[in-house]
Amino acid sequence: MSTTPRPIDSDADTLAVDAPFVIELLRGFIADGVRKVGFERVIVGLSGGVDSSLVTALAVSSLGADSVVALFMPYRSSDPQSLIDALAVCESVGIKAEIVDITPQVDTYFDRFPDADRTRRGNKMARERMSILYDHSMAERALVLGTSNKTELLLGYGTLFGDMASALNPIGDLYKTQVYALARALGLPQSVLTKAPSADLWVGQSDEDELGMRYAVVDQVLHLLIDERRSKAEVMALGFDAAEVDAIVARVRGSQYKRRPPVIAKLSNRTIDREFRYPRDWGR
Amino acid sequence: MVLERSRPGVIPHAAGEPGEPVGEPSIVPEMIANPAGSVTIALAQFYPRLGDVAANLAAHLTTIDGAAAAGAGLVVFPELSLTGYFLKDQVPEVALTIDSSEVGALRDASRERGVDIVAGLILESGEHRFHNAALYISGGEVVHVHRKVYLPTYGLFDEQRYVAAGDRFRAFDAPLGGRADHRWRAGILICEDLWHPSAASLLARQGVDLIICPSASPGRGQLQGEALGTASSYDVMTRTYAQLFTTYVLYCNRSGFEDGVGFWGGSRVVDPMGAVVAEVRGTHESVLVHSLERSAIRRARVAYPLLRDERNDVNDAETDRLRRRHARG
Repeated sequence: MSTTPRPIDSDADTLAVDAPFVIELLRGFIADGVRKVGFERVIVGLSGGVDSSLVTALAVSSLGADSVVALFMPYRSSDPQSLIDALAVCESVGIKAEIVDITPQVDTYFDRFPDADRTRRGNKMARERMSILYDHSMAERALVLGTSNKTELLLGYGTLFGDMASALNPIGDLYKTQVYALARALGLPQSVLTKAPSADLWVGQSDEDELGMRYAVVDQVLHLLIDERRSKAEVMALGFDAAEVDAIVARVRGSQYKRRPPVIAKLSNRTIDREFRYPRDWGR
Repeated sequence: MVLERSRPGVIPHAAGEPGEPVGEPSIVPEMIANPAGSVTIALAQFYPRLGDVAANLAAHLTTIDGAAAAGAGLVVFPELSLTGYFLKDQVPEVALTIDSSEVGALRDASRERGVDIVAGLILESGEHRFHNAALYISGGEVVHVHRKVYLPTYGLFDEQRYVAAGDRFRAFDAPLGGRADHRWRAGILICEDLWHPSAASLLARQGVDLIICPSASPGRGQLQGEALGTASSYDVMTRTYAQLFTTYVLYCNRSGFEDGVGFWGGSRVVDPMGAVVAEVRGTHESVLVHSLERSAIRRARVAYPLLRDERNDVNDAETDRLRRRHARG
């Protein structure tokens, strides 16, 4: 892990956000995106982590408490602290959490495939949660809000058709450190702001351990590579650890497929999304 | 939409000191009949429904009524105000011809309400080319058509894929609903046209008093300092052009979202000294009503005779030299 300070730009915090301004913009984004497709309500898979907590708070701020459904979906190995945090978030924004325990359906499935490793189990859990969210979306007439931030989307640190699935994602263009800044500005409970980021598939799981990198560094490197379009060599010359920069670049490239719709075999003159190009807000 | 009346005086943060002349302004300005004259204009910071021309036209007509009732001689709508911006394959589906019933409805409104209209649309030519265009409509006639020259095709923009580029920047006499008691010369720059100083400079050289800039500018960039990066850029450009060319700049940006992209509003009137004298503070739909003072143009050109001093001969000679060199390869 890099501990070398950046030799230039040391005064400018490129990841700083004007929180009230961005929050106002995201409130507008949510209200507009929901109402324009004929919905009034949203549903969020609330884990008690900072991303889904921020999205829940933004949604309440945008649409009002009555229009936000928070679904907490623990598995038996989830950290008990997660429920405490999720409930604290709900209390702080004035909504109630609905709880759907996914243990029975996940365990029933893996009784048939007992050799499945942690990754398969984790992905399955994420997809069970997605499936429950979309079912409740229909039942509650509530649009599914995404909770993936820019860091994890770029690193591919999410489950395709699992936690990456949503109708609207208010935080997908914010790096993890920016998510924290907004969460602090919205006054989310202290425990949510201070605990180590985790997918919480088992107690003690840690994003930063699994990634082998710290968000504080990853976000800066991603910002340089993606937003500033600096070359790998330029980023390394700024003092970031070469192996780490290589690893980040490899992850971003390797996970590109996760950020694109499925590939369609080209046959006609007007293939969907290639020559057939309409905005999603077509007719809205 | 809410009608916002501008408050008298200058918006404090925006006043600036004059810079060195850089453009190539002025020959024309005709003698003005009444230097004390003024005319009220309205900027409609509007949220068009994407691809729904009928709904947008209806909203235009309502806004035009309101602006006329407020005494405006001109109401400006944003870029592509009749269609929305990120049209993609809808371009040929929403395109209008100059003799369409929709343009006819705006012509009728301009005549009946006594207010001039700048509206944005996809304009289809006889050769079935589609232009991102703005019409200046007055007294039942289309007085001027500006076809966007600079079509951004980078970043989130893809205009050259869908529309054809215009090829001229022309000034015209703006009747301002017949409510002005002297001649006002105007020119239109659509959004990206503003990013090319030669465009504003060509208008200044044709003697404009008024640069009208309909815009559909998506907010993006830095998230610091109470404004997105794009808003800061337009702040600089509108103030700079107003000051260097000693003209009014009417910047009318749109409101709303398309596919998650937010348009940042911030429509404003910048006076010929480069001061922001009226502004919509926010992204919401709003109609900004403000009075343009002929005397402000006079004062600016007395204090800073930049257009008088502009060396068009030097500019022409240097341009010719560069063109000859270019022709020689």
